[in-house]
Amino acid sequence: MSILINKDTKVIVQGITGRDGAFHTSKMKDYGTNIVGGISPGKGGSDVGGIPVFNTVEEAVKATGANASVIFVPAPFAGDAILEASYAGVELVICITEGVPVRDMIKVTPVLKQNGTKLIGANCPGLITPDECLIGILPSMIFKKGNVGLISRSGTLTYEVVNMLTESGLGQTTCVGIGGDPVSGLYFRELLEMYENDPATEAVVLIGEIGGDAEEQAAQYIKDHMTKPVVAFIAGQSAPPGKRMGHAGAIISSGSGTAEEKVKAFAEAGVPVAKEPNQIPGLVKQKLGL
Amino acid sequence: MKIHEYQARNLFRKYGIPVPEGVVCHSVEEVKEKVPNDDKLRVVKAQVHVGGRGKAGGVKLAKSKEEAIEKASQILGMDIKGLTVEKVLVAEAVDIEKEFYVGLINDRNTKSVTLMASAEGGVEIEEVAKTSPEKIIKMTIDPTMGLMDWQARKIALRLMNDPAQIRQAASILTKLYQLYVDTDASLAEINPLVLTPDKRVLAIDGKMNFDDNALFRQAEILAMREVTPDEQKEIDASEKGLSYIKLDGSIGCMVNGAGLAMATMDMIKLYGGDPANFLDIGGSSNPQKVVDAMNILLSDTNVKAVMINIFGGITRCDDVARGLVAALKAIQTQIPIVIRLSGTNAKEGLEIIREFGLPTVSTMSEAAKKAIELSKKSKVKSQKK
Repeated sequence: MSILINKDTKVIVQGITGRDGAFHTSKMKDYGTNIVGGISPGKGGSDVGGIPVFNTVEEAVKATGANASVIFVPAPFAGDAILEASYAGVELVICITEGVPVRDMIKVTPVLKQNGTKLIGANCPGLITPDECLIGILPSMIFKKGNVGLISRSGTLTYEVVNMLTESGLGQTTCVGIGGDPVSGLYFRELLEMYENDPATEAVVLIGEIGGDAEEQAAQYIKDHMTKPVVAFIAGQSAPPGKRMGHAGAIISSGSGTAEEKVKAFAEAGVPVAKEPNQIPGLVKQKLGL
Repeated sequence: MKIHEYQARNLFRKYGIPVPEGVVCHSVEEVKEKVPNDDKLRVVKAQVHVGGRGKAGGVKLAKSKEEAIEKASQILGMDIKGLTVEKVLVAEAVDIEKEFYVGLINDRNTKSVTLMASAEGGVEIEEVAKTSPEKIIKMTIDPTMGLMDWQARKIALRLMNDPAQIRQAASILTKLYQLYVDTDASLAEINPLVLTPDKRVLAIDGKMNFDDNALFRQAEILAMREVTPDEQKEIDASEKGLSYIKLDGSIGCMVNGAGLAMATMDMIKLYGGDPANFLDIGGSSNPQKVVDAMNILLSDTNVKAVMINIFGGITRCDDVARGLVAALKAIQTQIPIVIRLSGTNAKEGLEIIREFGLPTVSTMSEAAKKAIELSKKSKVKSQKK
């Protein structure tokens, strides 16, 4: 078992003919992801490495039965791409694009709710269920099938931690990079619920960042509802207030979203917070009694 | 992106939000020229991109033109939290019966714009938020509907009593929301919004920030951008595909990925060092990017050692290593460098670095410890580029 995606997930790629879209499509296909089509307005009827290209998401969904879409279109058009996928009835949309204006993300939010679309990102590396399905830009070779779920707001830091988990013998059910933008799709809370309900997941690693209060809400959810152990890490503990650290979108302003508050919230929920990433595998093993 | 108070006032005016008369001046001469010769009470306000101007002495009252000139000469050139005051706003002071706070902000939780208002306006609003959050009224705005009239009225009713004032306040809120949405703002505050004894509702001070990701479609806003030298460095870096933020420590960091970059800085702190910067080189092994990154790092004269931390994912470590070697050959610095490579093809990458003659380590914590040790021993000053 896994969450969100598995070997039966049928994936389409919005922006398949772009440089990044084409490159990562071939990587995903190599991994075994069931890529059933791509979208590139005006290029419908052609193909990219044997994958059929459609003009609209609607056509692609009708022709292929796709239930997931991954978006690589440039930032000014990403909001619209999300809307197109949502209205076409795609259940899961993953937006890799970085630099999407916040207003566009705010605009799509009620539409996603109305259409029942799950969104991951924008500005995220995607997600993977090892040995079954990879959607996004994650480096597949570091993942291994197992029983640990992982959710993260970061990219390379996620890879770092996954690599440590894999090297210490801890495989993963599904790893999800939710992205670090101020307004994005699924947050920790919703994913924790999915892991809690996934029989294969026995423990969850949560990698948070300073800024916002997604971590505090996650801590509250864990305290109230979770039976499975969670181990956390917070990046940006040394960051000065009021500074946005790159595209991670980690902003601390007027005393909210600081690392201390997040660590405290997790402590109250019984979640150990690693001081440095290399402590994470040990903490997970401790929780699993290994 | 931030703008000055006077720029926010100009936007307010454009959207029909009433503000007191005022002029912006870059010099004492300009004050002499632009401020009318009368005895109206005016306020001279420093225009800098930091809060707490009043407490720093950057806001002064003037009872006459003479006094306005005198106060402006005191404030212009003043240093406020490390920023030099280059312009002042000389605005008519108004009699205040009551002060309010209104603000709009992007709310991560509700994934919408949230309107906040409080009858406790003025400079201490952050204190109010902390000590008595119940005094701040919050309202979530549906992005498809915008701020509805009844919502604006509901907020206004909580602030004022007289129907005419309520109408004025509600209209200001509606206009502020329109401005916020039209300009891709990430924050818009009127603090204080005031009620005068003659029953006018006016915006006395305004603050607006904008979403950097949306500047591509906000030419008018972008034209207002003014940057400090440190910010200029950050902008230059971003044009090269690098994300750089200068800090005050002595260990320069070069990392791929923002989260990992933050974790790297944390680790340096954890082991007793101080990071000199946040620098995310993104997911490319392009040697030119590494050269650019090194040049930026070394232009900071506080840097005593450099820690390079790369996790190879899609990007292979041996490619990164080749890029690093090419970059280091081109730069030739005396500053000690610690390189940590992990992930895809790390072995091959480390071998390339070792052949080049630089120390390598395999874990982040080792790298941090080593960089701190070297920074303490390091006697070389980096050269200003």
